[in-house]
Amino acid sequence: MKQYIGVTAKFDSDGNLLPLAVHWQDGRTFEIDRVLDVRFASSLKAGGAGLRYRCRIKNKERYIFFEENRWFVDARD
Amino acid sequence: MSERVILHSDCNGFYASVECLHNPKIRNKPVAVSGDAENRHGIILAKNELAKKYHVKTGEAIWQAKQKCPELVTVPPHFDLYKRFSRLCKEIYFDYTDRVESFGLDEAWLDVTGSSLLFGSGYEIAQKIRKRIKYELGITVSIGVSFNKIFAKLGSDYKKPDAVTVISRENFKDIVWELDCGDLLYVGSATKKRLRTLGIYTIGDIAKCPIEILRKHFGKHGDMLYAFANGCDVSPVAKLDLHEPVKSIGNSTTTPRDLVDFQDVKTVMCVLCDSVCRRMREQGFIAGTVSINVRDNTLQCFSRQRKLESATSVTDEILKAALKLFRDNYSFQKPLRSVGISVCDLLPESSPRQTDLFGNEKIRQRQESLDSALDRLKNRFGNYSIFPALLLQDKGLSHFNPKDEHTIHPVSFFR
Repeated sequence: MKQYIGVTAKFDSDGNLLPLAVHWQDGRTFEIDRVLDVRFASSLKAGGAGLRYRCRIKNKERYIFFEENRWFVDARD
Repeated sequence: MSERVILHSDCNGFYASVECLHNPKIRNKPVAVSGDAENRHGIILAKNELAKKYHVKTGEAIWQAKQKCPELVTVPPHFDLYKRFSRLCKEIYFDYTDRVESFGLDEAWLDVTGSSLLFGSGYEIAQKIRKRIKYELGITVSIGVSFNKIFAKLGSDYKKPDAVTVISRENFKDIVWELDCGDLLYVGSATKKRLRTLGIYTIGDIAKCPIEILRKHFGKHGDMLYAFANGCDVSPVAKLDLHEPVKSIGNSTTTPRDLVDFQDVKTVMCVLCDSVCRRMREQGFIAGTVSINVRDNTLQCFSRQRKLESATSVTDEILKAALKLFRDNYSFQKPLRSVGISVCDLLPESSPRQTDLFGNEKIRQRQESLDSALDRLKNRFGNYSIFPALLLQDKGLSHFNPKDEHTIHPVSFFR
């Protein structure tokens, strides 16, 4: 299911956008330990397409998507 | 000169695919994107593969489609999404060539002749594009690869969805010539019927028909058909961001209820004309010709056009001309379902104008400044901030905004 989330992100001096932390809708915040890969991709599960960041968060890999100025994840409900 | 390599990429069931991507729940059902039935725009705009199996066709009414496929899911269109995906597709095409010519939102020709050293053969580039669009955008395309635009387009129709078809000089007689002549670009139902009478059924038949015969029956259109069928089309793929000059500006609408008298037509025309003229002024044009098109409730339609005494962008003048044109050509044999206005013979507004010796130039100047005041008001406070009192009589008919709601423009192969 598509879930829009809050993200703290940083623009570096080259203009690259890098997410630093994700803010779940239930109020929890997780820091992103590392961004492993960035590419444009679609998400069939959530239903959308955008810049896809493969992130390591607490030793787990998760995709977060940047789509038209909003961030979303595929929430396993 | 080496052989051209042209790709034609066609997004399969574009609107429906984009809707299915964004809504996983309907993805495994037959889906059609359709207009609003309440406002009588209830026709099928696009359908997905599952709906295609039930022979749901683009352009038919929702109820017709539901008869064939009762479990059909119909969703309203989201044009902003389609425009976004169209732009994203184009960005992928631009990775391989700067010669990309869009044909509507969901189709494009690519000339990759000069890209083969970088990215491989036409077939390889087509496969790369197909895979990338599927992975990155979650929709599928079918791509035709050939040495001219016409065959490339036939190739993209040949096998779908999610496929690549190569039509080369070696195999085009086996593939293209076997196809029904109606598959060829610019062979519509009328041309097809006339070709039938000449005993022409396939594209191969056109190709083998002596050109004099085609010319005799179709004029210069015949030469074109002959060239298309024989793979002699040499029209280039337009270059990136090459903006074609605007040749006409028009708006039309299917009204929420049938138009039964002149007053109804006047109301709708008034809204359409306001949009057309505002668009024309925004782009700095004046028009020399007005045309109208009219469709009655049996879907019979006709169009008429007339030259204006002198070119203008004044809403009132264009509206009067359009209404006169309508009065002269229609007397309500049947109620009307849709009307449209367009203007052509466009000139820059700064072009010299012959003033009317007997007309009152002062009135015209006052109307021009009235129009420009209205334009500014509408730009600041919105389309409905000010309008003629006429439109209050029937808000059901007049409450629509063609200028801002219809921003996807039809295109022609000949430009």
